[in-house]
Amino acid sequence: MADRERRRAERALPPFQWLLDEHGSAVLRLLIGAVGPVDADDCFQDTMLSALRAYPRLRDASNLRGWLFAIARRKAIDSTRASSRRPVPVAEPEAVTAAVSPERDDELWNEVRALPDKQRRAVVMRYAGDRSYGDIAGSLAISEDAARQNVHEGLKKLRRRVR
Amino acid sequence: MTQTAARAAVNGALLSRFRDRAENEGLLDVAFTTMDSPVGLLLLASTRKGLVEIAYTHERSVEKSLRELAAKLSPRILEAPRRLEPVRQQLDAYFVGKRDRFELSLDRSLMSGFGRRVLRRTERIPYGQVSTYGDVALEIGAPRAARAVGNALGANPIPIVIPCHRVLRAGLLLGGYGGGTDRKEWLLKLEGALA
Repeated sequence: MADRERRRAERALPPFQWLLDEHGSAVLRLLIGAVGPVDADDCFQDTMLSALRAYPRLRDASNLRGWLFAIARRKAIDSTRASSRRPVPVAEPEAVTAAVSPERDDELWNEVRALPDKQRRAVVMRYAGDRSYGDIAGSLAISEDAARQNVHEGLKKLRRRVR
Repeated sequence: MTQTAARAAVNGALLSRFRDRAENEGLLDVAFTTMDSPVGLLLLASTRKGLVEIAYTHERSVEKSLRELAAKLSPRILEAPRRLEPVRQQLDAYFVGKRDRFELSLDRSLMSGFGRRVLRRTERIPYGQVSTYGDVALEIGAPRAARAVGNALGANPIPIVIPCHRVLRAGLLLGGYGGGTDRKEWLLKLEGALA
């Protein structure tokens, strides 16, 4: 009885604030990687508002991070399309070089999500967040060598799986 | 922290802009905050209708309360202290003896039908005075329901503001309290109802 109640509580949607606390920075890093630091803030707002709007109707609470990432990727596409129609500010070259084309990368991101936890986080931090190995090591509480190793292994798997 | 990591931090300004937009677009179903008080850390939660819950966090963790609010009301819950600011101010004044009534809109959706009747009657007991479970039962026209009245008071989702601490057992025995009897005693002493 108590067990059944606990399982029901685990399946239930947690307060949205917890999603922000647990996944907010990862979503922001992904967006910085996808659209650059200039547009990332607006994309973050749009992502989280869309998520909040749809949240009560969400059927499956088992992969909330993946769900947020999917919304973020859509918002990044919208933003990239919008900014390709307006002149690019010369003073912000980083925003341009950091922009990837997320349509093509959907398959890739699915594979990224399928990586073992440490490899996935290391790869995303390295390539979406543009973070140093030392920094990644700090975030994951592992050595810098282990951080390199995780990125390396993750990339190797991705190369094998994505053609 | 490297520059990139600092840039990727979800900072206060970003969050506060998100909260404002959520509020303006009608997506903030439950706002919550916590506050320190002489009776311990309190969780305050409010819907658009009004104050819906005050929880003693030593009795039930903030996490558990929020999870229940998500299940019972809506998972669109954000930490948004602004909506709770009037509640916090009035409670602060109450705790230092500078306020003897609350002027707040309440959301009673966490109360059962019977609980609602009991708590509405309880709200009319003035500051500094006390009643008994039996008297409240009598006044709501359920003279044999003293025990049920006790249970309804124990389930009061908005203690302090709805002063269930002013209802005692017959013979002026303290009776129970959702937040613990020491807190009931503290509140009654604050109000001068108890020596």
